[in-house]
Amino acid sequence: MSKVVVVTSGKGGVGKTTSSAAIGTGLALSGFKTVIIDFDIGLRNLDLIMGCERRVVYDFVNVIKGESNLNQSLIKDKRVDNLYVLPASQTRDKDALTKEGVQTVLNNLRDMEFDFIICDSPAGIETGAIMALYFADEAIITTNPEVSSVRDSDRILGMLSSKSQRAEQGLEPVREHLLLTRYDPSRVNRGDMLSVEDVEEILAIPLLGVIPESQAVLKASNSGEPVILDDESDAGKAYRDAVDRLLGKEVDFRFLTEEKKGLFSRLFGA
Amino acid sequence: MQTSPDIEFKGTGFTLTVIKLGSNSLDALQNILMDKIAKAPHFFNCAPVVVDVSQADDELDFVQLKEVVEGQDFVPVGVTACRNQQQKDSARSAGLAVMTAGALQSESRPANPPTPAPQSANSATKVVHGHVRSGQQVYADSGDLVIVGSVSNGAEVIADGDIHIYGALRGRAIAGAKGIKQAKIFCQDLQAELVSIAGTYLLNEQMVESLARASLVHIEQDKLVIRSLA
Repeated sequence: MSKVVVVTSGKGGVGKTTSSAAIGTGLALSGFKTVIIDFDIGLRNLDLIMGCERRVVYDFVNVIKGESNLNQSLIKDKRVDNLYVLPASQTRDKDALTKEGVQTVLNNLRDMEFDFIICDSPAGIETGAIMALYFADEAIITTNPEVSSVRDSDRILGMLSSKSQRAEQGLEPVREHLLLTRYDPSRVNRGDMLSVEDVEEILAIPLLGVIPESQAVLKASNSGEPVILDDESDAGKAYRDAVDRLLGKEVDFRFLTEEKKGLFSRLFGA
Repeated sequence: MQTSPDIEFKGTGFTLTVIKLGSNSLDALQNILMDKIAKAPHFFNCAPVVVDVSQADDELDFVQLKEVVEGQDFVPVGVTACRNQQQKDSARSAGLAVMTAGALQSESRPANPPTPAPQSANSATKVVHGHVRSGQQVYADSGDLVIVGSVSNGAEVIADGDIHIYGALRGRAIAGAKGIKQAKIFCQDLQAELVSIAGTYLLNEQMVESLARASLVHIEQDKLVIRSLA
């Protein structure tokens, strides 16, 4: 049985695509057949983060319009088995997405026995974002520890509980997970940033992961390698923990406290 | 044509209470009106009403009708469903407007359509389980509102009666939306953007000293007062 997971936030630039790429890759690494769909029609980014931008022939909109079939459009990842990307169209706009079209594609992916279908939502609360969350079974709410991001996440949580298919049909509600990204414990200690507890209190949904602010993320994005493949980085490790929790494992939270800096790192700012 | 800059003529629709007469008995009418007033004295206070005379006889005394209605502190605006010119003339001479109901109502109706039960405040309590998220709005029409959860920033909870929040109030709460000054707001943690009762409101910056506490908001001598429940 396929699980449809939307990665959403309301606000832009908080790390939805980075998280979709990392979590999708992590699920595939754990042995689950996974596809990541880019719902950000017109602002195609996922293929860049996944490093498959030069292999895009057909896209999500082509499939919806019947101009190509799924097998032609899915891009198989070269690094990880069981991982596929369905890229967004760069030339169309989000009106190209229809509920019926998206549903057909999701049903076909279910028939192909995907375990996880990750929907990388565009920012905002318009059609594109609604389409991405409409069919979701689970939602990963990506939030930065900052008030406007938290407010927008709250808005999206409201939409999940009113606009999703599960809400409209009165089924069991969408399972919500909080993913806090770009977390910097030293700034939290200085009072510049909301703490994990602050955000949890306002949004009141279970915490899936806390991804520390990390140089590795930008580097990973620019090189087209999902950051979860970087075993050395804090961000990579934190995403692995998040994937394990998504799969139902109990994992302690890491990177929540400020690292004690030694004399050398103080001097050289490592 | 001369137009005055200060005076404007515009067509607007208003919601009016319609009293439908079953017979010519004005005593019966008086008793019913007294009963309504007794049940919800504030709800009907000086309420404008229209009298439906479709079931009354032609010889209805419009002057007396007007006195009976006014006697119970209602404001008779006019009559509707006059069957003939005679009725219309007597209504006009009694100082009542002759009104025609909207298209829906003028269609043939069953002899005794069920009259909706008069709604007073507290007639129904609306209970919401879960958080009211940013951008969501909950309205308890003619009753109280209970939220078992928090009200987020950017969310709005409105009730014609009282509002009870078993959680933090971070958004807006508007009680007594139809003007009931006795309405109250209760919450376990007051961090509201705005609280309002019967049109009187306080903004977050005006209640700085009262924030982050279990609180009761109500009107005392025409002023909005916040009391700590802790």
